[in-house]
Amino acid sequence: MSIGATNARPFLEVKDLNVRFETDDGIVQAVTDSAFSVEAGKTLGIVGESGSGKSVTSLAVLGLHRTRSNAKVSGEIWLDDQELVGASDEQVRLLRGGKMAMIFQDPLSAMHPYFTVGSQIVEAYRVHHPGVNKKVARERAIDMLARVGIPQPERRFNDYAHQFSGGMRQRAMIAMALVNDPKLLIADEPTTALDVTVQAQILDLIRDLQEEFGSAVIMITHDLGVVAELADDVLVMYGGKVIEKGPALEVFRNPQHPYTWGLLGSMPRLDRDVRDRLNPVKGSPPSLINLPSGCAFHPRCPYAGRNGNRSFTDVPVLHGDVHKVACHLPQEARTEIFQQEVLPNL
Amino acid sequence: MLAYLIRRLFNAVITLLVVTAVTFGIFFLVPKATGSDPALLYIGKTSDAASVEGIRIKMGLNDPIVVQYGKFLKGLVAGRDYANGPDVQHCPAPCLGYSFKTDQEVTPLLMGDLPVTLSLALGAAVLWLIIGISTGVISALRRGTILDRSVMGAALAGVSLPIYFTGLLTSAIFVYWLGWLPQGNYVPFTENPGEWFVQLLLPWITLAFLFAATYARLTRANMLETLGEDYVRTARAKGLRERTVIGKHALRSGLTPIVTIFGLDLGALLGGAVLTETVFNLRGLGYQALTAIRGNDLPIILGVTLIAATFIVLANLVVDLVYGFIDPRVRLA
Ligand SMILES: Nc1ncnc2c1ncn2[C@@H]1O[C@H](COP(=O)(O)OP(=O)(O)OP(=O)(O)O)[C@@H](O)[C@H]1O
Ligand code: SF4
Ligand SMILES: [Mg+2]
Repeated sequence: MSIGATNARPFLEVKDLNVRFETDDGIVQAVTDSAFSVEAGKTLGIVGESGSGKSVTSLAVLGLHRTRSNAKVSGEIWLDDQELVGASDEQVRLLRGGKMAMIFQDPLSAMHPYFTVGSQIVEAYRVHHPGVNKKVARERAIDMLARVGIPQPERRFNDYAHQFSGGMRQRAMIAMALVNDPKLLIADEPTTALDVTVQAQILDLIRDLQEEFGSAVIMITHDLGVVAELADDVLVMYGGKVIEKGPALEVFRNPQHPYTWGLLGSMPRLDRDVRDRLNPVKGSPPSLINLPSGCAFHPRCPYAGRNGNRSFTDVPVLHGDVHKVACHLPQEARTEIFQQEVLPNL
Repeated sequence: MLAYLIRRLFNAVITLLVVTAVTFGIFFLVPKATGSDPALLYIGKTSDAASVEGIRIKMGLNDPIVVQYGKFLKGLVAGRDYANGPDVQHCPAPCLGYSFKTDQEVTPLLMGDLPVTLSLALGAAVLWLIIGISTGVISALRRGTILDRSVMGAALAGVSLPIYFTGLLTSAIFVYWLGWLPQGNYVPFTENPGEWFVQLLLPWITLAFLFAATYARLTRANMLETLGEDYVRTARAKGLRERTVIGKHALRSGLTPIVTIFGLDLGALLGGAVLTETVFNLRGLGYQALTAIRGNDLPIILGVTLIAATFIVLANLVVDLVYGFIDPRVRLA
């Protein structure tokens, strides 16, 4: 790497990421040619419907596909100037839970039912602080429980996950993820299982902790409202591909991809049940074993064919300067459709 | 935890009471229903009328059934006296009754057979746990490989073959063909531990093969399930070593269901030793029961039944307690 701040790599940089699974039904191409980066202290939001490859992407960053014999990951993942795809299992393990940590979607199933919450946090701390004795680790865990707003942390330390309420459990999960001061925090739909008020509390908590620790955050969600509130940049995924990305304000003010328009049209409102994994756009997600030809979104896109037949035959490439989009429609056409056909209905 | 413990203990005691009542009822009502005289069954048909009446008084067979049951329970807890005028015979607790046919107290008779049954079952259990669990875990981790397939193939054979067949097979291999093991002649542990071990090896291996097969399949299935659990992924996400992820997080829940099965199997094996002991020609409780049934020796049959039931109830109790200990969700329920 060359010297000088201008040439420095972002804290996390992902290039040409491909993840595929060999299954009995065929090869599942879960992530195709993905690329993104996150700077320290910034938040990247990843949105997309169920099955679009959000979790697979984040698990790839943590190197958690390595233990799956049917998974194949290629590309480059740079974390703080260290490349992870080509690194050894042991090198990645040492970063996992230390420099990079993850909060999972469903804290009840993500916590071990037979170990106390406290002991699971202690374990996370001690694996990255081998010299530390149990007592110190315990104090650290209790301290973390208090930091994430769990009342009576000394007592709750000895409780099991099923004894916590949903919100408290997610707080404990966050305490576990943050116990080693990670520089990169990936939150995979951290609030999906929670009700609205608790959702807001958890998001506030993540934001506060991010400010305190200065970490880079990847926030994965179905909920564009969350992204609008928290993210500096947005990545929209469809069928394992990035179809739009850019600064969050830009993407919200001036969304370019027809799929993103669909997502915007389905922003959760108070009169809708948040637990609904609603299909934001009519039609079903594409098969990842057999992607539709051309633009994978064409079977569901109302504008496919407006610009000749390229949508059906050619794969659109992600293009643009800061705000990028993968769609064959010319920019003027997109702006016009958005302003005249989409915006009035939002 | 204490409340849970007390509740379970209470349940176990109730269950045992019910079992004794039912067994007692069956053994004392059946002769009545079939019109045979229990006193005759007790001492044999050849006895003269006077001695039959003597037995009837001594045994309290003229009392109502409830009184008889009460005395039986008292005998179990505190011991009892069999009396016919000046002819008094004391039977200390836990008194399972008196076999007039063989002129012996049932309890010491059966206690003498217990070590054989215990040795057979416990030794086999240790062996099958070690073999079953380790092959199950390895199979799960090497899923789909030739190793996995051959282990599971052998396990399938072990599960489906009946014990007398496996018994013949292991004898043929280890005794006659390889000549490694003796055919098996029980030697008490207290007499000669080495011989005890060597003589029991063949029955152990045979039983263990049978059970290890089930345990290997179960362990493999459980492990595959737990390895896919979210909390195992969390364990990896924390940066734990693969050894810890599997040996602690996955195994902890993968083995939990095994505890239940193990308790029940062990209870059933101890309680239902008839078949296994016959196959290996061991003179334990099962053998005793068989002899007693042939000779219509009711007190001994009753005693063996009660001991067998106790084993099964105890095994259930231990499983419940252990389960409450290892699964915090059960403890609180
Ligand atoms: N181990 C695996 N083997 C085969 N296919 C897999 C595997 N893991 C994930 N997939 C597939 O990859 C695709 C993307 O899954 P992923 O979990 O990333 O979706 P997601 O965007 O996180 O969706 P959700 O919002 O429901 O969490 C899905 O179609 C899924 O079935
Ligand atoms: S390329 Fe065509 S089908 Fe795909 S989003 Fe754009 S208009 Fe729709
Ligand atoms: Mg997901």
